[in-house]
Amino acid sequence: MAEDLGFFALLMSNGILIGLMYSLIALGFVLVYKATDAINFAQGEFVMIAGFVVVASLLAYKAPLWLAIVVGLGAMIGFGFGLERVMLRRLIGRPIIAVVMATIGLAAVLRGIGPLTWGADTKNLALPISDEPFVLGPLFVPPIQILGAAVSLAFLAAFGWFFLKSRKGIAMRAVADSQQVAMAMGINVERYFALAWAMTGVVSALGGVVWGSLLGVDVHLSLVGFKVFPVVILGGLDSVPGAILGGLIVGIVENVAAGYIDPYVGGGTKDFAPYVLMIVALMIRPYGIFGKRIIERV
Amino acid sequence: MIHRECGVLKTSYGADMALYPLPIARWTVGAIGVLMFAVVPFTLHEYYLSIVNLVSIAVIGALGLNILVGYTGQISVGHGAFMSVGAYTAANFAVRLGWPFWAALPMGGLMAAAVGAVVGIPSLRIKGLYLAIATLAGQLIIEWTINHVTFISGGVQASIEVPRPALFGISIASQRQMYFFLLAFVVLAVVGTMNLMRSRVGRAFIAIRDHDIAAEIIGINIFRYKLLAFAISSFYAGVTGVLYTYYLGVANYEQFQINVSIDYLAMIIIGGLGSVLGSIFGAVFVTLLPIAIRYAMEAFGGLLFSEASVRNIIPNLRLILFGGLIIMFLVVEPEGLNRLWRNIRNYFRVWPFAY
Repeated sequence: MAEDLGFFALLMSNGILIGLMYSLIALGFVLVYKATDAINFAQGEFVMIAGFVVVASLLAYKAPLWLAIVVGLGAMIGFGFGLERVMLRRLIGRPIIAVVMATIGLAAVLRGIGPLTWGADTKNLALPISDEPFVLGPLFVPPIQILGAAVSLAFLAAFGWFFLKSRKGIAMRAVADSQQVAMAMGINVERYFALAWAMTGVVSALGGVVWGSLLGVDVHLSLVGFKVFPVVILGGLDSVPGAILGGLIVGIVENVAAGYIDPYVGGGTKDFAPYVLMIVALMIRPYGIFGKRIIERV
Repeated sequence: MIHRECGVLKTSYGADMALYPLPIARWTVGAIGVLMFAVVPFTLHEYYLSIVNLVSIAVIGALGLNILVGYTGQISVGHGAFMSVGAYTAANFAVRLGWPFWAALPMGGLMAAAVGAVVGIPSLRIKGLYLAIATLAGQLIIEWTINHVTFISGGVQASIEVPRPALFGISIASQRQMYFFLLAFVVLAVVGTMNLMRSRVGRAFIAIRDHDIAAEIIGINIFRYKLLAFAISSFYAGVTGVLYTYYLGVANYEQFQINVSIDYLAMIIIGGLGSVLGSIFGAVFVTLLPIAIRYAMEAFGGLLFSEASVRNIIPNLRLILFGGLIIMFLVVEPEGLNRLWRNIRNYFRVWPFAY
């Protein structure tokens, strides 16, 4: 019995730490949706590109880690601004499927550019922390996951503060609430759209470092993007706390489900369980746990 | 001017409802028919015919997806999975029960339609983005199920070999025979879609796309018609899956993964949403694009890059061009190739006058 409990605790702790790392990526998605009503199907590819940039500056140009991360941040901020300018600004006011498809197209482009520019082999993004897991009773906790979770929490707190207290954050919420009213109040809406995409770039850059060091950097890194959807649907598409809670739920559910069901079906439950949960959530509460409830009857 | 429309001079319902009211359109369709049935199969090499066959299969799938996305205004990122449902259903019927092709094909289509309708149920509560995510979930769940349930997928490799299809005692083995076989389905699908969209059902789909609340108010049962759109569209997808399975000779889930769903979405966006001709243009374009890239890179890539890097470049270049084209069409020409074709046609319709 104690053994079972230990196993369960291990799955839970893993789930919580992985879940917080999902939250970090989901945060990028939420930021864009909150401010611009656009949906980013290329979130995983953003993370992948950021990972590639950081790894390339580390390995090819022998930059120190802090510089590589700064380069990654700068590149992704520039990328976010440029993307908004070139592509998304022209799609404002178009049907939602146009934005969805445009980001799907963008995902394909990025998946092609990544390996084409930096090579198809998996690159190791080594952070200067040990690989030895901390052992706490039955729990094995790899330090990289703790770091990832800590980065996630720090960012979630920072964005919480940003949206609640800072002038720019309040302006961004105003834009999200009603673009017309925001414009009438003298807010430069387009600039906040660009800012939202740049902030997604920041989040993706850190996601790229954290996830890249956990999984290695290659084209498969973009697959973490698929986990974003259950997270944001569960938590609510436009909610920062929702991204945390959704991430935790998805992390715990997939780990516990994988721990108990995988032996019977031969693996793969991790990729499957969050989506079942998401379908249920869509049926019962499509706006998510903290999401803004939009009532529209047809 | 043989092809000018000038005044409404129709004197019968038949003339009013004709698919091609203008003589020049009828002649063009006739000429294309002769070309496709009599010239193409007897002049092209088997290899090129095999490419044409791939295009034919893609045309059917693109038409199906266009019924859902282009005409009804729903979105599905799960069509690859619906194809796999059709493929595995037909393969199981063909291998386990020994059903002939003509019986296994509709079973595949119907099973896909049923699964598609189930995945479409959330469309009643949710729209747009949420629906895209729900169908994405459908895609991943169906993929996982087929891959992990050995009863469906027939073992570790998750692939089932199917016998060659046979009609009227003739086994369809060569690409030329396959060509005629697939062409018949393309004609059925094209005429079926065109007529569907002129019928009560098709009009209801278009009404839902244009404004669902207004459609409900004029008495269209949204619940029924949205599910019907999902079912019809998935039926096409299922048939596409079955045909592709018989074309390859094996049902394999790897042929129907998420990237296939995205390929088909790209076809209808590049070709033109809500248009039969656009679906055909898009299917031709997206199917030929990777082949053209491979040819170009194999011919000229060696001049610029080493052989190993050419092999790395081809698939990635395909992704880049492919995604880039989707974005470009969405930003620059949302109505796709079909719109470009109409612009050209309208220019020449009144040529040499301005209007």
